[in-house]
Amino acid sequence: MNIVACIKRVPMTETQAKVTADGQSLDTSGVEYMTSFYDEIAVEEAVKTKEKLGGEVTVLTIGPSDATKQIRECLAKGSDKGIILTDDAWALRDCRSTAKALAAKVQELGGEVVFAGRQATDRDNASVGPMLATYLGWACVTDVIELELEADKGVAKRESEAGVETYEFSLPAVITCQKDLNEPRYAGLKGIMAAKKKPVEEVPAAEEASQAEVVRVELPPARKEGRVVGEGPDAVEALMTALQTEAKVL
Amino acid sequence: MDAFRQLDYMNLDDEFSEEELMVRDAIRTWVGERFMPTVAEHFEAGTFPTEMTGELGELGVFGPTVPEEYGGAGMNSVSYGLICQELERGDSGLRSFVSVQGSLVMYPILAYGSEAQKREWLPQMASGQAIGCFGLTEPDFGSNPGGMLTTAKRDGDDWILNGRKMWITNGTVSQVAVVWARTEDGVRGFLVREGTKGYSAPEQKHKFSLRASITSELVLEDVRVPESDRLPGAIGLKAPLSCLTQARYGIAWGATGAALACFDEALQYAGERVVFDKPLAGFQLAQKKLADMATDITLAQLAQLRLGRLKDAGKVTPAQVSMFKRNNVHKALEVSRICRDMLGANGISLEYNVGRHMCNLESVITYEGTHDIHTLAIGHELTGIPAYR
Repeated sequence: MNIVACIKRVPMTETQAKVTADGQSLDTSGVEYMTSFYDEIAVEEAVKTKEKLGGEVTVLTIGPSDATKQIRECLAKGSDKGIILTDDAWALRDCRSTAKALAAKVQELGGEVVFAGRQATDRDNASVGPMLATYLGWACVTDVIELELEADKGVAKRESEAGVETYEFSLPAVITCQKDLNEPRYAGLKGIMAAKKKPVEEVPAAEEASQAEVVRVELPPARKEGRVVGEGPDAVEALMTALQTEAKVL
Repeated sequence: MDAFRQLDYMNLDDEFSEEELMVRDAIRTWVGERFMPTVAEHFEAGTFPTEMTGELGELGVFGPTVPEEYGGAGMNSVSYGLICQELERGDSGLRSFVSVQGSLVMYPILAYGSEAQKREWLPQMASGQAIGCFGLTEPDFGSNPGGMLTTAKRDGDDWILNGRKMWITNGTVSQVAVVWARTEDGVRGFLVREGTKGYSAPEQKHKFSLRASITSELVLEDVRVPESDRLPGAIGLKAPLSCLTQARYGIAWGATGAALACFDEALQYAGERVVFDKPLAGFQLAQKKLADMATDITLAQLAQLRLGRLKDAGKVTPAQVSMFKRNNVHKALEVSRICRDMLGANGISLEYNVGRHMCNLESVITYEGTHDIHTLAIGHELTGIPAYR
C-alpha cells in the first residue's frame, strides 16, 4: 500500500511564546522544534499499516529545509522516505494553500491512504487534514481512535461530542489521528542509523496564494492572582458570595 | 516542575551532527517518559527496574558502538557519550547498568574474545536477553587491582578459579561475569556463566548510594571454566584497565547528565520559590551559585565533546580520559550538593531529584578509579613519575 504520513514541525511544547515587535507572528529565535504530537501518532499508524498490509510509508511535510531532523526521526521509527515541500514563507501559508500543496504531492506520489494528526499543536486549526481530503476528493474520517484497514476499505471509530461514531469507508482516504489511536514507538539507535541511508527529498512547494492572513498575534492575558476567601466551613459563605457577585458564575 | 531544559550556554548543539542529536533526543525522551516516573520508588526500595531491560535493548543502548554484525548499532563515541549523559540525567544507576553491559562486558568480548565468544554473547547482550558483569575489584584491592588474590589454575583443558570480587554492578542478575584472575603467567580474563558450580553472586545491600542499581559480591569456590571461555586476547592487567578507560569515558559524559538534571531543577526551583517576598533566583547568593555551576557544567560539556571527537579519531589517551572522569564527576558532585542546598528542606525529599543524584555521585566519584587515583594518573602523565606507592 502506498501510505503517506503528513507531519508538521512545531515549537517544542515547553517553548515560552514571545510575539515579534510587529505583533504579527511569534518570535522564533532560540526556539527548538519537534514533530507535532498528533502527527507522531499519524506516523506510527502509517508504519503499523505498512507492517500489516505491506507497502511503503512516505513522510511529507511543508516547511523549511532544516526540518530534516524531524523527517529523519520519522524515518528512524520505520518510515521509508521523506519529502519536504520547501517554502521559506511556509509559516504564512493558510490551511487551504498548505492543503492544496500537500494534495498535489500526494496525487503525484499515487498515495492510497494519508495519515495526519488531528491538529498541529502550534496553531490548533484542525483543518489541513479535511481540506486535503476535499482537494483529493477522498473519504475522510477525523479524530480517529480505532482503525481497521484492509487493502481497499476500512472501519474507523472517531470520538465526537455525541459519543463514539463508527465509520466504514473505501480507500483512498485521509485519516486524522486522535491521541488514543496508538502509542508511538521510540526511535531506536539502529533505526537512527538506518534512517541515514533513507532518502529525503526537497522540492519546492506548489505556489498557492493564501486567502487568510494572520494580521495580529497576541498572547493570552496573564491570569489574575487567586485570592483565599477564608478557611474551613466559614469560607463557604464568602466563596458563594464571591462566585455570585464577583465571578458571576452562579 | 516543568519538563527538563538542558543548559547549553555555549550553543554546543551546533557542534553535534543531526544523527547525534537524534540519539540524544531519543534517549532523553525515553528516560523522561519511561524511567523518570518510577525512579524514586526504585531508589527508595533499593531495586533496579529490571523489567525495562528489554526496552533498553530495543532502544539499542547496550554496546551501541559494537559493529552491526554483532548486534550493535555501529555508532560513534560521541553518540555513546550522549547516551550516557541522558541515562545519568535519569539516574547514575541506570547509566551504570548500561556502562557495565557495554563498556565492561561487551567491550572486552569484542576486543579480546574469540570469534565464537563474540557470536555467542554480543547479539544477546545487545538485545538485553543476556546481562553481564565485570569482576575486577576485590574486598582488599580496589585502587590497586594488580594485587588481586583471585586465582585461576590450569587443570587439563579447564581452569579452576578461586576468590572473591566485590562492588560488582549487575552481578546478581548476570548470565555471564567477566572475571579477572591471576594465573602463573599474569592476569587473564574468564567468562563465568551463571549457574556454574561453585559460583554465586549475592547482592550487597544497605547502600545509601546507587540504590536503584544492583551491587553484588562474586564468590568463586573451585569454579571450573573451560579454556574456550577464557578471553584469548586478554594478556595482563592492561586488558581490564583498557575496559575501564571505555567505561570512564562514558562516566565523564554521564556525570554531566546528573549535573544538568540538578542544575535545571535548582534553576526552576529558584525561579518559583518565593522567600522574603521575591523569588530565590533574585538573590545575589543564589545567582552566584547558579553562575558558578553553569560555568562548571559548560566547561565539562566542552571537555567531553573534545574527548569524544578525539576518541572517534582514535587519538584519545587513558590519561585524557582520567582527567575528565575526575573533573566532570567532581564538578557534578559539587553541583549536586549546591543544588541540594538551594532546594532547602525539599532538597532531601525524593520528590525532587537533587538528593538522589547527590547520593549516587558519591559512588561515581569512587568507582572506576577514585578521584585521588585519577589525580595521580594525571600527575604520572605530567611528570613521568608514578606516585601511587
